[in-house]
Amino acid sequence: MSLDKSTVRAIADLARIEVQDEELDHLAGELSNILHFVEQLSEVNTDGVLPMSSVADITLPMRADVINDGGYPDKVLANAPEAAEGFFTVPKVVE
Amino acid sequence: MAYIIQGDTGDWEVVIGLEVHAQVISKAKLFSGAATDFGAEPNSQVSFVDAGFPGMLPVINEVCVAQAVKTGLGLKAKINLTSVFARKNYFYADLPQGYQISQYDLPIVGEGELILDLPDGSTRTVGIERLHLEQDAGKSIHDMHPSKSFIDLNRSGVALMEIVSKPDLRSPEEAGLYLAKLRSILRYLGTCDGNMQEGSMRCDANVSVRPVGSTELRTRCEIKNVNSIRFVQQAIEYEARRHIDVYEGGGTIDQETRLFDSAKGETRSMRSKEHAHDYRYFPDPDLLPLVIDRAMVEAIKAQLPELPDEKKARFMADYGLNAYDAGVLVAEKASAEFFETVARGRDAKAACNWVMGDFFAALNASGRTIEDPPVSAADLGALIDLIKDGTLSGRLAKDVFALMVETGKAPAVLVEEKGLRQVTDTGAIEAAVDAVIKANPDKVQQVRDGKTTLLGWFVGQVMKATQGKANPAMVNEMLSRKVLG
Repeated sequence: MSLDKSTVRAIADLARIEVQDEELDHLAGELSNILHFVEQLSEVNTDGVLPMSSVADITLPMRADVINDGGYPDKVLANAPEAAEGFFTVPKVVE
Repeated sequence: MAYIIQGDTGDWEVVIGLEVHAQVISKAKLFSGAATDFGAEPNSQVSFVDAGFPGMLPVINEVCVAQAVKTGLGLKAKINLTSVFARKNYFYADLPQGYQISQYDLPIVGEGELILDLPDGSTRTVGIERLHLEQDAGKSIHDMHPSKSFIDLNRSGVALMEIVSKPDLRSPEEAGLYLAKLRSILRYLGTCDGNMQEGSMRCDANVSVRPVGSTELRTRCEIKNVNSIRFVQQAIEYEARRHIDVYEGGGTIDQETRLFDSAKGETRSMRSKEHAHDYRYFPDPDLLPLVIDRAMVEAIKAQLPELPDEKKARFMADYGLNAYDAGVLVAEKASAEFFETVARGRDAKAACNWVMGDFFAALNASGRTIEDPPVSAADLGALIDLIKDGTLSGRLAKDVFALMVETGKAPAVLVEEKGLRQVTDTGAIEAAVDAVIKANPDKVQQVRDGKTTLLGWFVGQVMKATQGKANPAMVNEMLSRKVLG
């Protein structure tokens, strides 16, 4: 699978990464190479093989329904670029 | 009662599927130990996991899993013993991780069903497509500053069940019935409080139209986050009409996300979501597949409460209620319990009439809830006993009921205090009847000449003379005998 420039542009937009038009050709080539490399895996016949979700045979650990976290708004907001009255503040998101 | 919309080119029908986001009742969040209470100080119920801090790992809450299974069983759905969490990627100010942990192709609950109770007493089964667990996002507040949005992450990470119906609904009314029934089931199960005002139950409606008789599924639009049953119905009505106008004008409908403006009663395109449909789902590498035990499912199943459909069937069989009355009484668990307390050991039809009639009217008028009723079930039962043993006539009972609402006193106490006991003493009634006859010889003659409708007037006069306390049956019998001879 090869990517064209418009697909790379769409991926960049979705990832909120600023990409100049002159970079698109180069990136399309690089990303296509990565995809081609991974595509080698499709040479292996995986009919009837379940997807492997973990290398170890363990299941998802669960937590009890107990409140044992939170209650530190100052720490949560400590790295916020902007905050006011206990809220994060961001440029207005208009609907 | 098919819902048909007349267009210029012919008749159209609407095809509706609903996605309901129901907030799971749990103490802590889906993947963190922060609290879930509504209305706390901003960002006070946020862990580093919920705030999307680097290196934080989600650990799933077992109660949220159990609540999803319970809800699935309540919807008679298939429980998937293995399910997978996936990341749904999008950018928004109130989504700190940049993705929502959700479930995609392997949800915890598969196909089920929900039975609509139609107003004519009949039922219709609507398919449930799936139910999956996911995280809620934070909350954006747009009206606190002219150029800033304020973000509170207290809701971020709270467990939601997204419950998706099949596109089986055919009218705004059915959509409303579906939501009411789903809410009722969730509340019976105790898995969601169903409070639409506080946002613990939110609805997205997928709407398309097609010519009557066609089986095609045309392009649908999704109307987001409508927060009351009435608004959902209005939004569907508006949206269906809009589609028909576009098609009949020779246009096409684009699949898009729309917003319902309740002030204007219309939907409009949400431009910000235009490119949001590319969510790039992939299995969340932070979470192994969720594997649940058959034994756990069986244990939850064994403890399911009696649900609205079963209760309705039992009310109809055991109490002889009609489908409509039974449906109304079971909609809320507390009303069903209230009715059963009143009906226990008494005439069920009388109990039903009192609860559905005077009691519900008083409940609405008082603005109180069934959990804190203006008249207790025990007192209402005692009132019905007083009618049965002849202490009160039906008419006096209504007066006593009004006093019960007003004073909160037990009916027997009010009967004594106000002297409202029904008069069944033949002598006393006869005296009153004789007095009225004696005072109105002209009217007596009219009745005897054939104007028998005037007898009603006589009954009224006797009741007035006895302050409404005379036994109406005795008054009627005595008047007919004495006037008509």
